[in-house]
Amino acid sequence: MTHRTLFDKLWDSHVVVMREDGEALLWVDRHLVHEGSHHAFRQLGSKGRGVAEPSLTFGVADHYVPTRGRPAIADPDLAGMVERLRTNTSRFGIRHFDIGDPAQGIVHVVGPEQGLTLPGLLIVCGDSHTSTHGAFGAYAFGIGASEVAHVLMTQTLWQRKPKRMRITASGRLGPHVCAKDLALHVIATVGADGARGHALEYAGEAVSALSMEGRMTLCNMSIEAGARCAMVAPDETTFAWVKGRPFAPTGAALDAAIADWRRLATDEGAVFDHEATIDATTVAPTVTWGVSPEDALPVTAAAPSPDGGTDARSAYVREALAYMRLTPGQKLTDVCVDRIFIGSCTNARIEDLRAAAAVLRGRRALVPGLVSPGSSAVKRQAEAEGLDRVFVEAGLTWVDSGCSMCVGMNGDLVAAGERCASTTNRNFRGRQGPGAMTHLMSPAMVAAAAVTGRLTDVRSLPPLEG
Amino acid sequence: MERFTSLTAIACPLGLENVDTDQLLPARFMKRSRADGYGGFLLHDLRFTADGHPNERFILNQRRYAAAGCLVARRNFGTGSSREAAVYALCDYGVRCVIAPSFGDIFASNAVKNGLLPATVAEDDARLLLGALESAETPVLTVSLDACAIRCGDLQIAFSIDPVRRLQLLNGWDDIDMTDRHRTEIAAYRRRRVAAVQWAFPKI
Repeated sequence: MTHRTLFDKLWDSHVVVMREDGEALLWVDRHLVHEGSHHAFRQLGSKGRGVAEPSLTFGVADHYVPTRGRPAIADPDLAGMVERLRTNTSRFGIRHFDIGDPAQGIVHVVGPEQGLTLPGLLIVCGDSHTSTHGAFGAYAFGIGASEVAHVLMTQTLWQRKPKRMRITASGRLGPHVCAKDLALHVIATVGADGARGHALEYAGEAVSALSMEGRMTLCNMSIEAGARCAMVAPDETTFAWVKGRPFAPTGAALDAAIADWRRLATDEGAVFDHEATIDATTVAPTVTWGVSPEDALPVTAAAPSPDGGTDARSAYVREALAYMRLTPGQKLTDVCVDRIFIGSCTNARIEDLRAAAAVLRGRRALVPGLVSPGSSAVKRQAEAEGLDRVFVEAGLTWVDSGCSMCVGMNGDLVAAGERCASTTNRNFRGRQGPGAMTHLMSPAMVAAAAVTGRLTDVRSLPPLEG
Repeated sequence: MERFTSLTAIACPLGLENVDTDQLLPARFMKRSRADGYGGFLLHDLRFTADGHPNERFILNQRRYAAAGCLVARRNFGTGSSREAAVYALCDYGVRCVIAPSFGDIFASNAVKNGLLPATVAEDDARLLLGALESAETPVLTVSLDACAIRCGDLQIAFSIDPVRRLQLLNGWDDIDMTDRHRTEIAAYRRRRVAAVQWAFPKI
């Protein structure tokens, strides 16, 4: 066989049927379902079908769970959504990480944490941020409700092979610059549709040096560049992280798995349809100014001018600035925030909470804010490390795990007209609540914004005395 | 699935870039049953002001576009969340076709599964089409999926779509019907995977 990319190998090993017209029927190793699956289960019911592989299907309550007052759910609409998933998973014998389960959390945090996410697997979920799991060298992508129904019924999915793209980040990220900054820098560079139709592999020294948490952040955000999926070749960092997870292989099975996983890396000489390189040493702490993740700039920059460029681009920038209540040329570090949020499938893992706590320790937040850990397990670990006390002593609110203030559908909202510094993935209009304004950035940068009340270069904070 | 062959309809020149699925259907409406219809929530926060009145400045609220069966937008339409409910909102409103220079991958896939045509056109053609609709006395266009062509007054432009998706739309094929023909191959694949890649099956 010719030289193959990591993605080629993942693709080849999952083809059940290859049709002449180029469509392939792929086997699905893991199917994760959350409350949003109600449309798909309804389709199942209307066709009178069951779930083909309950033991490869896992439920997680995350999108609609409240983050306070649990396990009771005061809002009947939210309670109904959580109950519907409970009923659907129980009816078909699907293991469900329900509200109150010690392993409950955000689906893209729980999958890896439980060892359900492994290198070499094909993983789908009715959520675009399923790209997260590619951090392990898995083929992982988000699907719509009809596809969720199809996977439930058959454990397979029809796909056309995406093109291959590689982004190589050479050199190392600077002090206080992390995976989120790299991700936002990539999206701003290639555009919100720059990786559309492509399977995106990240390589290079800066990527290899990332922890699994960092790789997950990077792959998670790749959907914001339009990528069909994103991945990092598994290495010793990956194997060490996977080992000992509840559902991960053990003993001889683990040895066999690691031997298989070592063969996944892209072959020397394999060809990509598109290649880009980034000098990681030049990446600065990055924030978004507009209403798409591609509207990202170094925090040291100023809001752009709508002048120049095409008419469509000028109109876009003008409207984005108007929505965000910014003026052209305004220094980003002069932008005051009303609240902060630390959470989401992008940046709520233990390392993210540690990075935020390192900035907040011994300081006070000037604005209110919510800290929602990525999973109940992350919550316990953070509490064991005393991070919860750091957040609370800084004046922030420490809550339970769920999608929380990232999605605006579970009661955690940014009020209309409020500006939020957020570790989440989307600064779309109204994403965090109707009329809310979102600036995306890393956990350390959100913490820095909390203590100054404005967008702040975390590198510029003076060291604490004593 | 509903077939799509051709469409003659009022088309709204939305003209926006990066229309994400959170705009198409804000998350707070996704709890609702499909049976209740999603059309009233399409582009809700652009169509309505904070106090719930129609936003007169938003183009879809102009009387000449209110009955739109087609939208024309700029690049990266349907980016973002995988919510198929964004497509339900378009379909339930009465939109059967969206024309844009590019689409979010998941959105385009969801669209076809619901009989909604995502027609990809060149950037310049999108600009021409937007101009033609704005200046037309009646903003009507005709989309032929057979010919992959759009006609709006004197303007004729070509669009592209994945050939498999085109056939699916033309014939109204459901994926599941095609998949069921391959049950034997699926069972054989599973047996091979269990034998060769044991670690891929979780310990329960």
